[in-house]
Amino acid sequence: MAMKRSTLDLWVGVFVAAGLAALMFLAFKVGSMGAFDVASSYTIKADFENVGGLKVRAPVKSAGVVVGRVSDIHFNPETYEAEVMLNIDDRFKFPKDSSVAIMTSGLLGEQYVALEAGGDDKMLAPGDSLKITQSAVVLENLIGQFLYNKGDGGGESDKAAK
Amino acid sequence: MMEGLAHGLRKLGARVVDAVWRLGMASRFLVLTLIYSGTSFRRFQLVIKEVFNSGVLSLIIILVSGLFVGMVLGLQGYETLQTYGSEEALGVLVALSLVRELGPVVAALLFASRAGSAITAEIGLMKATEQLSALEMMALNPIARVIAPRFWGAVISMPMLAAMFSAMGVFGGYLVGVVLLGVDEGAFWSQMQAAVDFRDDIVNGIIKSAVFGVAITLIALFEGYDAPPTAEGVSRATTRTVVTSSLAILALDFVLTSFMFRGVG
Repeated sequence: MAMKRSTLDLWVGVFVAAGLAALMFLAFKVGSMGAFDVASSYTIKADFENVGGLKVRAPVKSAGVVVGRVSDIHFNPETYEAEVMLNIDDRFKFPKDSSVAIMTSGLLGEQYVALEAGGDDKMLAPGDSLKITQSAVVLENLIGQFLYNKGDGGGESDKAAK
Repeated sequence: MMEGLAHGLRKLGARVVDAVWRLGMASRFLVLTLIYSGTSFRRFQLVIKEVFNSGVLSLIIILVSGLFVGMVLGLQGYETLQTYGSEEALGVLVALSLVRELGPVVAALLFASRAGSAITAEIGLMKATEQLSALEMMALNPIARVIAPRFWGAVISMPMLAAMFSAMGVFGGYLVGVVLLGVDEGAFWSQMQAAVDFRDDIVNGIIKSAVFGVAITLIALFEGYDAPPTAEGVSRATTRTVVTSSLAILALDFVLTSFMFRGVG
């Protein structure tokens, strides 16, 4: 195919530009690049009795706004508890006595870490661990408890009826 | 009886030896291509011409297929998600399936049949008409002058085509989901952005498409270079390029996926 060099260059230029534009579209419009990951962050630690279905990269929210991400979850064989590392955005400082809880968005949605600010004057430093933690609510336990209570209540009403 | 068995085994052995021999030749061919790539970068115009041949000329098929694949994903995903009352997750479904799998794989399959077959036919004919030998006569290395530019041209084009395929697909999903079926636009984009990770999903998709690009181009070039210099030989080599590279894409995809997406939410 005989084609003038300038035409060829033009087409290839258009092609490469379109390819890069598609990549930009994927990175910024489809993905969330630049939203949180690139910001500098500090890590704090929290021990939970049960993390339920919490996953690495789950959001950390304070007042419902994402302020960080879960960076690592592992089991501590000495305390038999789960150690969760939280990456918090550097722009946000939280008091030392802040508390964390594992919550679920919606009834069956993904689990996230809710970080509630305390009243202490001192702020959390990188590497600190949070003292007040509340484990994930395990749905099966909740249902079990509910049925158990209901069973008890049902028994009493049976007696009353007699 | 024994004779027949021995004959069968001999045939099997010959096939395996032949396959291993070809694999070794293909590896040597790749190494030679890489060694003689210097010319391609000193005279980048050669590569630009091949980016045109394999990239720009594949644009239409890639863009149109991407659009339709995205639209079909939008329709099918909507049907299923509607059952669970979570139509807003349509964006996540369309974007993740395109960026992680369909974009790289379908674009690579199309690229293999559109550009790979063309490369094989071209090189095979060049060999059949002794153009490659003529180059050698003029003290030009055919690998440096003919093979390497085509290799780099196609390897550069492939990730771009895959990215365009995915972008078009997401747009197609948007058209069907938001414009046609009335999924909430804000939820469509925001859930997508929350679920798609740049490093884990998009970069891995690009790595996949680059690997596929290398595999397709190597197979296409080698089949052409190795083709018997007859009309039938070239036609068989072209068919083999499409079949082998399609199988290679799917097998490589499984291997890459099992490494990349283990434990990614």
